[in-house]
Amino acid sequence: MAIEIEQPSVGLSKVAVSDTHGEDSPYFAGWKAYDENPYDELNNPLGVIQMGLAENQVSFDLLEEYLEEHSEASSWGKGASGFRENALFQDYHGLKSFRKAMASFMEQIRGGRVKFDPERVVLTAGATAANELLTFILADPGDALLVPTPYYPGFDRDLRWRTGVKIVPIHCDSSNNFQITPEALEAAYNNAKAMNIKVRGVLITNPSNPLGATIQRLVLEEILDFVTRKNIHLVSDEIYSGSVFSPTEFISVAEILEARKFKDSERVHIVYSLSKDLGLPGFRVGTIYSYNDKVVTTARRMSSFTLISSQTQHLLASMLSNKAFTENYIMINRERLRKRYEMIIEGLRSSGIECLKGNAGLFCWMNLSPLLDKPTREGELALWDSMLHEVKLNISPGSSCHCSEPGWFRVCFANMSELTLQVALKRIHIFMEKKGGERNQQIFSQ
Amino acid sequence: MTRTGLSRTRTSEEATTEPTTMRVIVPLQGVVQGRGGLVLGSAIPCALFYFLQLYLRRRNRSAPTPPPAPEQQLPDVHVLSRSLSRTHLSPRGAGGPAYVSGRASSVAKSGDSPCDVGLRKVSEDPYDEARNPDGVIQLGLAENKLSLDLVRDWMVENARDAILGGGRSGGELSIGGIASYQPLDGLMELKVAVAGFISQVMDKSVSFNPSQIILTGGATPAIEMLSFCLADTGNAFLVPTPYYPCYDRDVKWRTGVEIIPVPCRSADNFSLSITALDRAFNQAKKRGIKVRGIIISNPSNPVGNLLDRQTLYSLLDFAREKNIHIVSNEIFAGSTHGNKEFVSMAEIIDSEDLDRNRVHIVYGLSKDFSLPGFRVGIIYSFNENVLAAAKKLTRFSSISAPSQRLLISMLSDTKFIQQFIGINRERLRELHIKFVAGLKQLGIECIKSNGGFCCWVDMRGLISSYSEKGELELWDKLLNIAKVNVTPGSSCHCIEPGWFRFCFTTLTQKDIPVVMERIRKISEICKSHS
Repeated sequence: MAIEIEQPSVGLSKVAVSDTHGEDSPYFAGWKAYDENPYDELNNPLGVIQMGLAENQVSFDLLEEYLEEHSEASSWGKGASGFRENALFQDYHGLKSFRKAMASFMEQIRGGRVKFDPERVVLTAGATAANELLTFILADPGDALLVPTPYYPGFDRDLRWRTGVKIVPIHCDSSNNFQITPEALEAAYNNAKAMNIKVRGVLITNPSNPLGATIQRLVLEEILDFVTRKNIHLVSDEIYSGSVFSPTEFISVAEILEARKFKDSERVHIVYSLSKDLGLPGFRVGTIYSYNDKVVTTARRMSSFTLISSQTQHLLASMLSNKAFTENYIMINRERLRKRYEMIIEGLRSSGIECLKGNAGLFCWMNLSPLLDKPTREGELALWDSMLHEVKLNISPGSSCHCSEPGWFRVCFANMSELTLQVALKRIHIFMEKKGGERNQQIFSQ
Repeated sequence: MTRTGLSRTRTSEEATTEPTTMRVIVPLQGVVQGRGGLVLGSAIPCALFYFLQLYLRRRNRSAPTPPPAPEQQLPDVHVLSRSLSRTHLSPRGAGGPAYVSGRASSVAKSGDSPCDVGLRKVSEDPYDEARNPDGVIQLGLAENKLSLDLVRDWMVENARDAILGGGRSGGELSIGGIASYQPLDGLMELKVAVAGFISQVMDKSVSFNPSQIILTGGATPAIEMLSFCLADTGNAFLVPTPYYPCYDRDVKWRTGVEIIPVPCRSADNFSLSITALDRAFNQAKKRGIKVRGIIISNPSNPVGNLLDRQTLYSLLDFAREKNIHIVSNEIFAGSTHGNKEFVSMAEIIDSEDLDRNRVHIVYGLSKDFSLPGFRVGIIYSFNENVLAAAKKLTRFSSISAPSQRLLISMLSDTKFIQQFIGINRERLRELHIKFVAGLKQLGIECIKSNGGFCCWVDMRGLISSYSEKGELELWDKLLNIAKVNVTPGSSCHCIEPGWFRFCFTTLTQKDIPVVMERIRKISEICKSHS
């Protein structure tokens, strides 16, 4: 009988087999638990409530209303002759009307305090792609970007996986509300240097994810000075800029640059997307706005790998150019998010839980450190696990955001109805009472 | 019909409708993605890099206004002065602002290739029968406009409901259904619909399993994703030449993976030779380069060959022997117009269990379905690990949800699809026959093509010297005197000079005599010089 020779199976690349995609972290494990047992008001009232997904569902009705009144945006009705162009259109410059609309929308969000040039808008299929693309352009494999902690867990994958670039954390802590300090910047830079790693830039998220707070003007100035001194880049991911509860509290790095008359601006690049402010993550719309000509040109060409469907561009161009609509949307969206935020803060407070003072975003940064058995990462994960399996809430542990202090959690509030939020708050309340009761018992039994 | 004409029509319409401008943007429509003759993207950015350096030096740094955009500077660049542009290319921009990576620099360094220059010329001076009869005729872009009217008619009738009515019952507007996060590798319904489409396109010879499909934002990212998954930096793929110029971008740019060209010869009608593959593999080995796979196109671009069953089996044997992957780019599968049968790699491995893990198929809707703007590509693989990795990579390039919804509706309309495929094929075949006949009348021969949008044309009789220089001189005459934009074989890495790719699907039947007349004039000029 012939003996089968075992052929070594055909190999895959290091990229394919690496786990830099990070999907084994608790951040994503919670999502799996949710998928297996999702909460539904009617059909599964005891299921897991998803509070780990930063999605904005509070203003859908405004979008639906718009689309109902402007149905030609979604079809080609009268503009049937436009269809041909649209279907064939695959120019990586993107539809000019859409770029103009994006630039104008971004201006409105910043209260008209800055101007954006549509020629500097590079379109990508989502901010995820935008961040990766910028990383490819600004850094070589083995180089590093400095990122303040805590940060969005997706960065580990988006900035590092295919690019081979490293992240060196800029440590922030609760002593000053997790703000970035010049000392922390220097420390991170020197840390990288000590490891013989070339730092190519700083990447900030403003407003911050997971903190849910805007970066103050002074801090932005300091960061800009720092990157100028070190002759490195600054990427400002402003994806939550339209989700700031009060219109005057957000300061974009663009404003600082304008005030400085664009001196040294070629090192600054802004990332934006419609996934959060407009609640349209399914549309896959992101942009890079760069003050650096070479980066704009190169990013444009690289965007071939991540173009936005021309149909989507067409659909959104008219919507975002409609100033009356966008003005109204931005205002109402802000207001609704603010209300949600207040609801959750109040609810948590009445359960004895404090949060970081926030003013933006779709989540709050909750402090559960008093509840930890041990002030360690393990203690935090144990608490996270019981939140997930006992309380049936999926929240994001601070360790998955690389927070240096254990016990902080990110809790999303905009991806559900008010009713569901109330249910979640009730569950937390019960949990806290139980914990309080347990603690009293422990005290009495000693 | 040309783009200029279209945009003017639309502009006059705009006066009465909403200001949804969709003018063709400077510089070029369809510049990057057209599978015709594009080496590394648009002419303007490539050509402009040289001028960006000058611009950066000249720019007043304390200007209070935001720096003006790159595109405003647009001087002409002569194609042959490449050496000049190279001296200005350095990773540190003039005045040394922050560093730009090596990868970015090489992207910018692509210079102004013939492809880029040609496309730019077309955009600046596009032919229009009525309004610009002396303009440049585009034969350098593999774009199919022949059957767009069918798709458009379907859309006009069905699009609105298709996008928004699908989510909930009764045609209610349902933004929630398409707005929120979707599986990044595409909706299962779309995978099912695409699998059905592919099956129809391939005359039901195969049935693609929807759960082995990964949907991507175009075939371009699909190729790049496979490069990332199958090879490490420094490894290589074997690619038979002549090949689609953009592989240089898709396979190599950001991955650091190399392409080793495997020459095919006119004596064999440029068909794939396993001997040549073997030789290339061994040479690579000697140089210490690890070959991870072969990338084939079937139908091939630019030649238009179909790989027959025997060749596919031999390829599989070769890949098995060397333990490497095969990537089969079948994006033109539905655009066959000859009498030969198209055989998909999927059909071959149906019966061979062992080899499933090494075969991956790329497809997309840009060619067969004429919808490059929608950005729909697929990776089809039997390798679970590749599927798992590619699925995670789709976060960087997903298909927009409203487009997915629209396509689900459209592709599920099997009656429409059947009709479309039939009519499209017929139109393609007719145009191909007329085009080839037109060239033949001028004494110009093509390789017998059975699929795709192009003819691989033998212009060896017209080049002044049997060299790349001679070829480029002819290319230049064709572009600047005859005003016809074609792709020179050297851009496709063809080792024999004198071959050109002419894409005919951007033409209507009326345009053919015009094209032929211009070529005739050039051919007379060339003959009288020799």
